[in-house]
Amino acid sequence: MDYQDIELLRFTTAGSVDDGKSTLIGRLLYDSKSIFQDQLDAVEASSKSKGFDYVDLSLLTDGLKSEREQGITIDVAYRYFATPKRKFIIADTPGHIQYTRNMVTGASTANLAIILIDARKGMLEQTHRHAFIASLLRIPHAIVCVNKMDLVEYSEDVYNGIVSDFKAFSSKLGISDIQFIPISALNGDNVVNRSENMDWYGGSTLMYHLETVHISSDHNLVDCRFPIQSVIRPHTLDNQDYRGFAGRIDGGVFKPGDKVRSLPSGFVSTIKTIELNGEQIAEAFAPMSVTMTLEDEIDNSRGDMIVRENNVPEVSQDLEVLVTWMSTKPIQARTKVVIKHTTNESIGMVKELKYKIDINTLHRIEGIDKVEMNDIARLSIRTAKPLFYDAYKKNRQTGSIIIIDEQTNETIGAGMII
Amino acid sequence: MSNYVINHLKELESEAIFVIREIASQFENPVLLFSGGKDSILLTHLAKKAFFPAKIPFPLIHIDTGHNFPETIAFRDELVEKLGVKLIVGSVQEAIDNGRAKEETGADASRNSLQIVSLLDTLEAYKVDAAMGGARRDEEKARAKERFFSHRDEFGQWDPKNQRPELWNLFNGRKNYGEHFRVFPISNWTEMDVWEYIKLENIDLPSLYFSHQRDCVVRDGVILANSEFIKLKENEEVVNMTIRYRTCGDMPITGAVESEADTLDKIIEEIATTRTTERGGRADDKRAETAMEDRKKQGYF
Repeated sequence: MDYQDIELLRFTTAGSVDDGKSTLIGRLLYDSKSIFQDQLDAVEASSKSKGFDYVDLSLLTDGLKSEREQGITIDVAYRYFATPKRKFIIADTPGHIQYTRNMVTGASTANLAIILIDARKGMLEQTHRHAFIASLLRIPHAIVCVNKMDLVEYSEDVYNGIVSDFKAFSSKLGISDIQFIPISALNGDNVVNRSENMDWYGGSTLMYHLETVHISSDHNLVDCRFPIQSVIRPHTLDNQDYRGFAGRIDGGVFKPGDKVRSLPSGFVSTIKTIELNGEQIAEAFAPMSVTMTLEDEIDNSRGDMIVRENNVPEVSQDLEVLVTWMSTKPIQARTKVVIKHTTNESIGMVKELKYKIDINTLHRIEGIDKVEMNDIARLSIRTAKPLFYDAYKKNRQTGSIIIIDEQTNETIGAGMII
Repeated sequence: MSNYVINHLKELESEAIFVIREIASQFENPVLLFSGGKDSILLTHLAKKAFFPAKIPFPLIHIDTGHNFPETIAFRDELVEKLGVKLIVGSVQEAIDNGRAKEETGADASRNSLQIVSLLDTLEAYKVDAAMGGARRDEEKARAKERFFSHRDEFGQWDPKNQRPELWNLFNGRKNYGEHFRVFPISNWTEMDVWEYIKLENIDLPSLYFSHQRDCVVRDGVILANSEFIKLKENEEVVNMTIRYRTCGDMPITGAVESEADTLDKIIEEIATTRTTERGGRADDKRAETAMEDRKKQGYF
């Protein structure tokens, strides 16, 4: 069956109440027939009882009671739809500055970011913010949708002006793949169907881009990284000596027969089998979950990493990271924290706060004494034991950490290793 | 495989197995909440794959309302036997008998919310620190915002406004004494994904999911199985219908759909063209606009 052989694309949208984000998502879901009749009925009834004279599609995504009361998205909402070509997961996040942490959360797993610009307003502060977060989190693809084209008489000049403004700004950011599309989410122009109102636009529709953007090279296929989650030891008569390393591949391509090195021990061995549920796998790559066995008996445990013999990550106790601060409690230098990295965990100390980044202007603010919620800042962290990591720009999995409060156990920061 | 891409079902499988393995590693007393429905059957299948050739390293917990379909119980016992895994049963009847829970009255009475008491009691009795379930974000709007690792305070409550952010594949299961986690490895699966994967992997399901003949009562537009647990109202009559179930809850509250679909292929075809959500037939969700969020805050699945 064809349907089973489609790829999964995760994308994020960021936007505020009035830039048409909910309308756009509603349009994608509606036109791909992913909204069910009972959901639509419920939203219609709810819109009516709130006294609206239109169907408020944001009620589809804003599921929590407090969100529905306040008419805003506070949290990341995940929505799902599929076409015959792909399955999509939308991480729908609020766009205001006080929700930077939610945007970062949604962006952390995305292959693609949709950045919405209101054609009447052009580039705003929040456009800068959304583009910066997409680049900071290294989302490989971005689509800039210039929305509400119907309200500027489908003007090519307006569109071109916004595109060149955006390009001037984004040249500083280093997003590798940016597409621009003029749309009207309300009327459906260039969303799923081509617009009849913009003959001057020769590109494709938003849905076409989502269905065809090339995502197979989004994972690192060069540097082999296999963090061990757990060791599988069946302790049964027919599997007395079985010792399998369970984990999910974070980078590279592993094959039976490959020479590998275990970290931190440094021992070298050869891959005997790669399997799942007893089925042999010829080539394993990100993001596959597998069980690996080695030719030699090596005493690996959770938190260790299997890599290629001659391609090892950084091994160090000192990290330079860009963090997004997630907690209402600010952080100062000399604070003890817990660091989670791949399947590894270590006590750490925030040694130095280097600077904050103004996410609207990209300027650095030096000489800071604390980092507060939604700030993006550069920190130096020292861990109690060595971590095996890559730069975030090289590998989004082995280059990321979360910072945990030692007392409350809450996740208080998200970091990208420089 | 030459271009190093895996299809969406393999990616979802891989993600779920990663999460299940994290649960087994990060917690001391994890359990799998087994309802007998297709989602928990799928979850059990994924858990088996995650640890093969070892056995599933945690028990299954089933909260038995006493209003289950007999098919569900028979299927459960067979599966547990086959996998060689431990089963713990928490009984709602027992909670009612010893006064921990109070039975609802009236024709629409259900034991759905009573499960909360038995569930929390059972989790406490076995000192469970992580209970994994087969809930999916596409099922219901409150679930759309729930994390993979969902924190519960010492009273078993969920605070939707104060959830831990979840980034990349770094799951934070650290907790203070008395707190526990609910974990949802198949959060990102849709109903269609579940059915396609069941077909791909040839997973056995209870016969309830396939078209069959049954005596039913139609109440408020919902088709309910006629059983000893249901009190007929005036003007209601029992009709023999050709039906199947899309979800499996308790007999008195789970709505069936009229369907001729008696194979996985026909079910997938039916779902592809259906215009109502899976839980559209669940009377428990229809009690209020935020019925699910309200129950979840108290400790529901």
